[in-house]
Amino acid sequence: MRVYVCVKQVPDTSGKVAVKEDGTLDRGSMETIINPDDLAAMEAALQLKDTTGCQVTAVTMGPPPAEGMLRELIAMGADDAVLISGREFGGSDTFATSQIIAAALHNLGLGEEDLIFCGRQAIDGDTAQVGPQIAEKLQIPQVTYAADIEKNGNTLKIKRLLEDGYMTVEVQTPCLITCVKELNDARYMTIKGILECYDKPMTVLDYNALKDEPLIDPTTIGLKGSPTNIFRSFTPPQKGAGQMLTGTAEEAVAELVGQLARKHVI
Amino acid sequence: MILSAKYELMRKNFRNFAETEFTTEIQEQLDREGGFNWDIWNKMAKYGFTGCKLPVEYGGQGGDSLAYVLMNEEFSRVCPVLAIYANTPNSLGGGPLLACGTKEQLEKYITPVAKGEKQIVFALTEPGAGSDAGSMTTRAVADGDYYVLNGRKCFISGAPIADYAVVYARTNPNLKGARGISMFIVDMKLPGVSCGKPEPKMGISGYPTSDIVFENVRVHKSDLLGPLDKGYAVAMKTLDGGRLGVAAQSLGLAQGCLDEAIQYSKDRKQFGKPISYNQGISFMLADMATEIEAARCLVYNTAMAKDAGDKNASMMCSMAKYYASEMANRVAGKAIQIHGGYGFIKDYKVERLYRDARVMTLYEGTSQVQQIVISRNLLK
Repeated sequence: MRVYVCVKQVPDTSGKVAVKEDGTLDRGSMETIINPDDLAAMEAALQLKDTTGCQVTAVTMGPPPAEGMLRELIAMGADDAVLISGREFGGSDTFATSQIIAAALHNLGLGEEDLIFCGRQAIDGDTAQVGPQIAEKLQIPQVTYAADIEKNGNTLKIKRLLEDGYMTVEVQTPCLITCVKELNDARYMTIKGILECYDKPMTVLDYNALKDEPLIDPTTIGLKGSPTNIFRSFTPPQKGAGQMLTGTAEEAVAELVGQLARKHVI
Repeated sequence: MILSAKYELMRKNFRNFAETEFTTEIQEQLDREGGFNWDIWNKMAKYGFTGCKLPVEYGGQGGDSLAYVLMNEEFSRVCPVLAIYANTPNSLGGGPLLACGTKEQLEKYITPVAKGEKQIVFALTEPGAGSDAGSMTTRAVADGDYYVLNGRKCFISGAPIADYAVVYARTNPNLKGARGISMFIVDMKLPGVSCGKPEPKMGISGYPTSDIVFENVRVHKSDLLGPLDKGYAVAMKTLDGGRLGVAAQSLGLAQGCLDEAIQYSKDRKQFGKPISYNQGISFMLADMATEIEAARCLVYNTAMAKDAGDKNASMMCSMAKYYASEMANRVAGKAIQIHGGYGFIKDYKVERLYRDARVMTLYEGTSQVQQIVISRNLLK
């Protein structure tokens, strides 16, 4: 059994969001992180590996520096990684991106027992479309918003986190699951994992490697093949980050007063 | 100093762990109440931090001195006392065993220590033998298959929570000073071993320190560590590695002080503007940052020299410890000064860091002992 985990390197939007004159994100000037929902997907895959010994492969599409993120995921416990990277893929929207990733997964081979885990959505685009579109293009079942995953043989029982409650569904492998960050707390890397992560295998799939895949059509990938375009990006007015104080009313008030005093408000 | 991608990833991981797990509540509770936080210890063990520098074949992670230094620095930046947790098994605790333990001893003791299942401490200092460690009076007398230990060790970091202690005792009373001293691995549950009350300390309260008393403790000969009568040299070699750890703790602590001071100087307004606008404050910040960066270069360079087997590595460990610990005290003092009266109040982290900094120039050899080591190396 192999679990593919689709991950995305995203700008850290918890800091200052920089937007270029053309309205797109100025990614170069921002710190990058692993998309939080994708980390939950990786942790879910690693938990399956802990219990079943399955192979875990991290997959991303992005520019060459995305290798750093893949190495981090290997240091966490992934067995290997795949970087889908090529000029022809640049500027892809969710439709084109899912086309390319689905082609790559098809190229790598999806067995009867295999799984694809994705994060629910990326914090830079918030579309939640890539995962479901990959499943559609590979013609496999999908379950979105997984908050709990239980595996019995070729059947998975998944608790979906919905706005007004939970829904439990069963699904057969191979299938695609999108995970929410509430699913788990991702593990840290180990020192040994970091020492070894640069020696583990990483496959780079460029346009030439994928051009013969049935899903790859030059008119439906990259910027030109993307049916959607960004019209404008902007930073909404800053709202101060809130902080929830826990404990009894007395403890919370004491902490609040303490914090206000430390900031010289009172 | 520019690190390779691998070591930058280590720094990122250590920082992420410390910033997420070493909560302010845990730090303040440890400072206030002392004791030991087993939850944090178990988390450190889970990710292999307790075995950072210990060999893979004995359950460790196989990291080098640079990895160990980065761990100490980043942990200490958030909380010096929790840096000591991860440091001990990798330095003074595991050091003597790695230096001269047999395969059986390494399997029996290092493997559970590396995995965080057991705690091991280093017992050298005595009430009358501090900087002059060679004047120790703890005795070990051979009796059949056993050695019988009698004596008292003091200021033993981690003693109240230890499973094992590496104990130095005089085995040959006819030899004086550093000669005639041997090392023993002592199970702290053996009859006749007892610990004193944890010492109330100025800082690093969350890592208990106490006496260990030995009253006719029978230690099996298989737990004699290294050659008979020649343990003192191993103690000194172990202290080299330990000193590098203290240097890195000092470095991280100083960085933590600078982080706090920068933030405070931006938040605190006097005369209608943040105090950071005053050169009296901003120049102090500049001095702090410059000294920290100088120490960082020295500490990293020493770690790399140690791993490369540089013949000056021992002296460099003393230099790093001497400079970084004194620097940390200067930086902590300035951080308090920038905080003004608020720096004297326990609500502010710099008050605790200032107290924690004080031990850095004392333990694992005072600054003056480091000066002795450095100057003897220069003049030999």
